[in-house]
Amino acid sequence: MVMTSEQAVEAAALASKPRSPWADARRRFFRNKAALAGLAILVFVVGFALFGNSLAQWSNEELDYNVMGQIVELGGPSFASGHYFGTDDLGRDLFARTVQGTQISLAVGLVGALIACVVGTLYGAVAGYFGGRTDNIMMRLVDIFMAVPYMFVLILLLVMYGRSITILFAGIGLISWMEMARIVRGQTLTIKGREFVEAARATGVSAPIIILRHIVPNLLGVIAVYATLLVPLMILTESFISFLGLGVQEPLTSLGALISEGAGTIAYGTTWQLGFPLLFFCLTLFGLFFVGDGLRDALDPKDR
Amino acid sequence: MSPLLSVRDLDVKFQITRPGDMPWTRPRYLHAVNGVDFDLEPGKTLGVVGESGCGKSTLARGLIQMVPATGQVLWRGETDLLSLSPRRMKPFRSEIQMVFQDPLASLNPRMTLGRIIAEPLATHRPDISASERRRRVAGMMERVGLLPQMINRYPHEFSGGQCQRIGIARALIAEPKLLICDEPVSALDVSIQAQVVELLKELQRDLGLAMIFIAHDLSVVKNISDEVMVLFLGRIMEKAPKAQLYDNPQHPYTQALLSAVPIPDPVAERAKRIVPMTGDMPSPMNPPSGCVFRGRCPRAQEDCARIVPQPEGGVHRVACLHPGPLQAGEVA
Ligand SMILES: Nc1ncnc2c1ncn2[C@@H]1O[C@H](COP(=O)(O)OP(=O)(O)OP(=O)(O)O)[C@@H](O)[C@H]1O
Ligand code: SF4
Ligand SMILES: [Mg+2]
Repeated sequence: MVMTSEQAVEAAALASKPRSPWADARRRFFRNKAALAGLAILVFVVGFALFGNSLAQWSNEELDYNVMGQIVELGGPSFASGHYFGTDDLGRDLFARTVQGTQISLAVGLVGALIACVVGTLYGAVAGYFGGRTDNIMMRLVDIFMAVPYMFVLILLLVMYGRSITILFAGIGLISWMEMARIVRGQTLTIKGREFVEAARATGVSAPIIILRHIVPNLLGVIAVYATLLVPLMILTESFISFLGLGVQEPLTSLGALISEGAGTIAYGTTWQLGFPLLFFCLTLFGLFFVGDGLRDALDPKDR
Repeated sequence: MSPLLSVRDLDVKFQITRPGDMPWTRPRYLHAVNGVDFDLEPGKTLGVVGESGCGKSTLARGLIQMVPATGQVLWRGETDLLSLSPRRMKPFRSEIQMVFQDPLASLNPRMTLGRIIAEPLATHRPDISASERRRRVAGMMERVGLLPQMINRYPHEFSGGQCQRIGIARALIAEPKLLICDEPVSALDVSIQAQVVELLKELQRDLGLAMIFIAHDLSVVKNISDEVMVLFLGRIMEKAPKAQLYDNPQHPYTQALLSAVPIPDPVAERAKRIVPMTGDMPSPMNPPSGCVFRGRCPRAQEDCARIVPQPEGGVHRVACLHPGPLQAGEVA
């Protein structure tokens, strides 16, 4: 066979390592400065949540009797007292409480996003792939669920079953998958018309395998991007509920609950009680948004 | 011996819903394939030719239940494929494989070559061990001219020609009896086209494959076909053994298509009689009465609007009320 220019190109390509679509995306992601900054912020916040407790001088439940009653004068941030972030209104160490609040908020965000990813992806992919009547029924159901004011339902659940973190997780998970299902369904509709799906169908590959092998892997970009945007949404939802005083229960706390407390006492001049939780809240959201944005650019280079 | 595939009166209709249609709106149909019939012997090739949108892909997809079709598709003279449930159809899907028009789009971008090629085997022969499967994939890759070290690569790293070789390897790994090639070379450079057609011919000869080879012009199928079928608006216009169709075309449409085929000899090319083709492609939503080709036919007469010509004749079938060799008046 004569060596055409095409073959020459391929021979050259073969000399390099195989480039999976993922490796390409990774390269693009790491070239994106904003995304890297977001990632660094996230690493810092996660590190703070995981290891912050080993730096704390106080536990999150201990009351510091020295500052009690004189929070405004003595409860401010100080290395001498060991309260790096100051204390809250009751004299508890705000550093330890912020660590814990960050843990809970991240957990709520991750669990909510995870449920959304698994349930939403499967639901949306099944509806989109089968299409027709199945699709119609499944998506109308989502429409109906979405029409329900979920915040109201969630609050009702929390009031009825008591304020437990399980209910909170379950409730947030239950509402978060629907938007994901819609997005995934839309993407599935375009992917199922591509020739490689037709090729699999023509070969006799069964529907569940087509969905898992051919459709979902080609959706992972969209899913990853949307998930990183969902995490902050979940955190915001939880914060809002905590702000209403219905979120996690003491002594557990979340960033939303801390912000709510801090906002309540700001009038007395204890700005740190609002400032530190708010700082971590904002860092988390910024980090996630930048990473999400970077992921979208990295995974869908055509989209820009 | 009965033919490998005999198709009778194949019809594919798509129901067209437009935005704004109410549930009680009378459904409109697009008749994409209309009364197609042919027989295909084992090891032979049927070329299918027609302009874009004339229903070639839909014909191919109708044969293997990728779109709802009516009529009869008899496999080895015994099983009507159109009557099978999806479950009972499955074993036949390894016997009939397809090669697609867009080489890159027909490969899953998230799968490596090895997994792509192995998929039909993994689907139909789960009893084959992973190592044996790998061995067969490697063998097939070599067969179609792919280097073994490509096995862990992803489709986007290859050119169109290589991707089509991957598609061919995938189609052949499960040892089918019939290969349906839907414009397998249309998307490729001219220089690569010939290589891929040669490869298909070689594989067909070695493996005793029957083939349905779809193309939108007559030059591509000339090399590879035993018989050629010309479609227009979902109907057979002319069908004949290759030599007869190219040397003695009877249908004005075939003659027009042939006149569009460039002749390598420049003198002959200039002296060529060009058949004028006037008029646009009629809409498949409301085809003209009588002969569907009459809007563009230089030979159309009054009866062509009344009577639907049927593809008649024995081996050389022509669906025309006024068939015959190219006439003087039609020459530009
Ligand atoms: N799923 C579908 N729903 C509705 N109409 C369809 C569908 N698939 C094809 N058609 C219509 O059927 C007709 C035949 O299409 P088909 O794809 O078979 O043409 P083709 O000959 O393969 O063309 P090309 O050379 O462009 O591939 C066209 O008018 C097309 O618009
Ligand atoms: S039937 Fe009439 S219109 Fe149709 S191809 Fe023949 S001559 Fe032309
Ligand atoms: Mg086509």
